[in-house]
Amino acid sequence: MRLLLALAQPAKLDNLERLMKSISDCARAQGFDQRRISEIELATEEALVNIFKYSYPEKPGEVEIICKAEANRFIIEIIDSGIRFDVTSWPDPDITADRDERKIGGLGVFLIKKMVDEVRYRRENNRNILDLVIKKEEEK
Amino acid sequence: MEIYTRKEKGAVIVSVKGRIDALTAPEFERNLCDWISKGGIIFLINFTQLEYISSAGLRSILATSKKLKEKQGTILFTGLQGPVEEVFNISGFQSIFKIFASEEAALKEI
Repeated sequence: MRLLLALAQPAKLDNLERLMKSISDCARAQGFDQRRISEIELATEEALVNIFKYSYPEKPGEVEIICKAEANRFIIEIIDSGIRFDVTSWPDPDITADRDERKIGGLGVFLIKKMVDEVRYRRENNRNILDLVIKKEEEK
Repeated sequence: MEIYTRKEKGAVIVSVKGRIDALTAPEFERNLCDWISKGGIIFLINFTQLEYISSAGLRSILATSKKLKEKQGTILFTGLQGPVEEVFNISGFQSIFKIFASEEAALKEI
């Protein structure tokens, strides 16, 4: 396992651009093409925005990001110490509902699951730890 | 994100360049709302130059389309490509919205 990036920032929307840039630079250095980077950015944005919006309803907190390379996989670990939120147990939205029945929202978590190869969640020491796992091409 | 808007054949044609993400989606939605309050009811959104859209952008589109529905209006799309088209497909938007190959093709339908 190789540690590529570790950073912590206040969990607020103002930091979205900065965090996303660090992560996509890291993914680019791993050799992913623009299409895959765009998918990685999307999964990351959805995960971060959820934390910004819902993790800390009472007092401000931090979000921590760790990027790792492991065998043929690139792993983005997103950590917060806010309220428990298990993305992997969230139900998928009904994407076949017609326009009038479509609910606003619920799409973010669904996009995270669709954009990366694997999503893992664990609650550890009162922290939410979300792993976004992206396989490198040669392994597919 | 840059937004270019013009009116043609009674439709408001909105071309968006760059990214619609959690930071820029509110501005995108506000722009559409402003045109609705100025009487726009048929919108054609051209995403040819859009590189990226997240669920925040999809939410803005759904919210706008619901507003337009109350006024018997509609929202059409053209120029879907790359990651933007992928997100539309995955989230089922390609089956709930009318998507055209070109602005000309969309304008013919209006």
